[in-house]
Amino acid sequence: MSTIFGSSIGRKLLMSLSGLFLVVFLIIHLSINLLLLVPDGGQMFNVAANFMALPLIKYGLQPVLFAGFIVHIIYAAILTAQNNKARGSAKYASGNNTKDVMWASKNMFVLGLTVSAFLVVHLIDYWVPLQITHAAESITIDGVEMHNTYALVNAAFAESWRVILYVIGALGLTIHLTHGFWSAFQTLGLSNNIWRSRWTVAGIAFAWIVGLGFAAIAILQFAFYQ
Amino acid sequence: MENNISLTLKVWRQNGPKEKGRFETYKLEKVSTDSSFLEMMDILNEQLINDGNEPVAFDHDCREGICGMCSLYINGRPHGPDDDVTTCQLHMRKFKDGETITIEPWRSAGFPVIKDLIVNRNAFDTIIAAGGYTSVSTGGVPDANAIPIPKVDADEAMDAASCIGCGACVATCKNGSAMLFVSAKVSHLALLPQGKVEAARRAKNMVAKMDELGFGNCTNTGACEVECPKGVSISNIARLNREFLKAKLQD
Repeated sequence: MSTIFGSSIGRKLLMSLSGLFLVVFLIIHLSINLLLLVPDGGQMFNVAANFMALPLIKYGLQPVLFAGFIVHIIYAAILTAQNNKARGSAKYASGNNTKDVMWASKNMFVLGLTVSAFLVVHLIDYWVPLQITHAAESITIDGVEMHNTYALVNAAFAESWRVILYVIGALGLTIHLTHGFWSAFQTLGLSNNIWRSRWTVAGIAFAWIVGLGFAAIAILQFAFYQ
Repeated sequence: MENNISLTLKVWRQNGPKEKGRFETYKLEKVSTDSSFLEMMDILNEQLINDGNEPVAFDHDCREGICGMCSLYINGRPHGPDDDVTTCQLHMRKFKDGETITIEPWRSAGFPVIKDLIVNRNAFDTIIAAGGYTSVSTGGVPDANAIPIPKVDADEAMDAASCIGCGACVATCKNGSAMLFVSAKVSHLALLPQGKVEAARRAKNMVAKMDELGFGNCTNTGACEVECPKGVSISNIARLNREFLKAKLQD
């Protein structure tokens, strides 16, 4: 086991496992965000958001989530640097005319950057006021005092430029996932001629459900919930 | 019916490994569309020699698509515009009259240029030497009923074994990764009972050697599979990942 992460496949294994972990996070995140569309003035969303701020989740799971992001981002940078070195300094004058290669697969790092830009804005807009400074306003639901997370989100989605950026970020995430999902299983070795097409189809479907889901929530919030 | 085309060739010329290379432009008249790409190169060299110039150095051997010696990155693709062929099997009917053809060597940190269009592919031999074999002689072909092998496995092993080690996978890979080559070599042995005995050690040693020689990390773009003249599938890469991870977990 000692040198597994020193090998190319070991480093890819870390990308694969951290990626799949982040996929699980996306499912939970999208599920909770869908509550933003429940027309109850944000009550259910606030209760769910408050649940996610429970000490066990905040101090137990959140560090694991951060670790997942950090591993994925750091290893992306390491792998990209190593791969650029392996490609060599001499470039092909006639370019690359190889057909049938998914665009996303060749631009995962750049697509990852759009997602991480999105992530940083997210931390500043929500994580800091909700969990660090507690500057977000409070609301009492069924006798429990909690942050009015809904109001914070709702106000953010009132600004059209934010909605546009959000949709671009969601689109970047979608394209990232169209390659990342099946690629994770390929790296784990859980693929062959039959399963590769299954993972690919599942990955593309998942990517668009997640991407369009996040984008739709932002647009609907902007259009109908103000 | 024979057709002739005239061509403009932009060819990479480099005197030695440490020398700075450059493109030279040559004109060729009346090239038969029935000739192969390498025959066209022969015509070019004959013309250069007759004019008192140094011929272009390029790799070639069997010229029937089975040795893996010919290389050449032609108009943005390893082995040129045709699919599933080596350069010797590429014919000039794939090009148009008056076309400009750019001819470059394989480019990758793992394959340094020796001269002109010839690159050093010893790295592949070194990887094979690290484990791409069975340690004991397994004898001649046994009776078909002596060691039963499922047809599916036999076919997959044969498909993987069709890799000729030409290096097109590395040449086209944006990561300069040799995973398709290594996975084919690991797969064709791992699928058969004679090779299974040493499967774990083989996967570990060959991957370690591949990493040591500076090949990149596979990101599953699948470009290698598209450019492979033998159509070796990237499902072999999944198998290599599986074999390697299994072997490492047993340590």
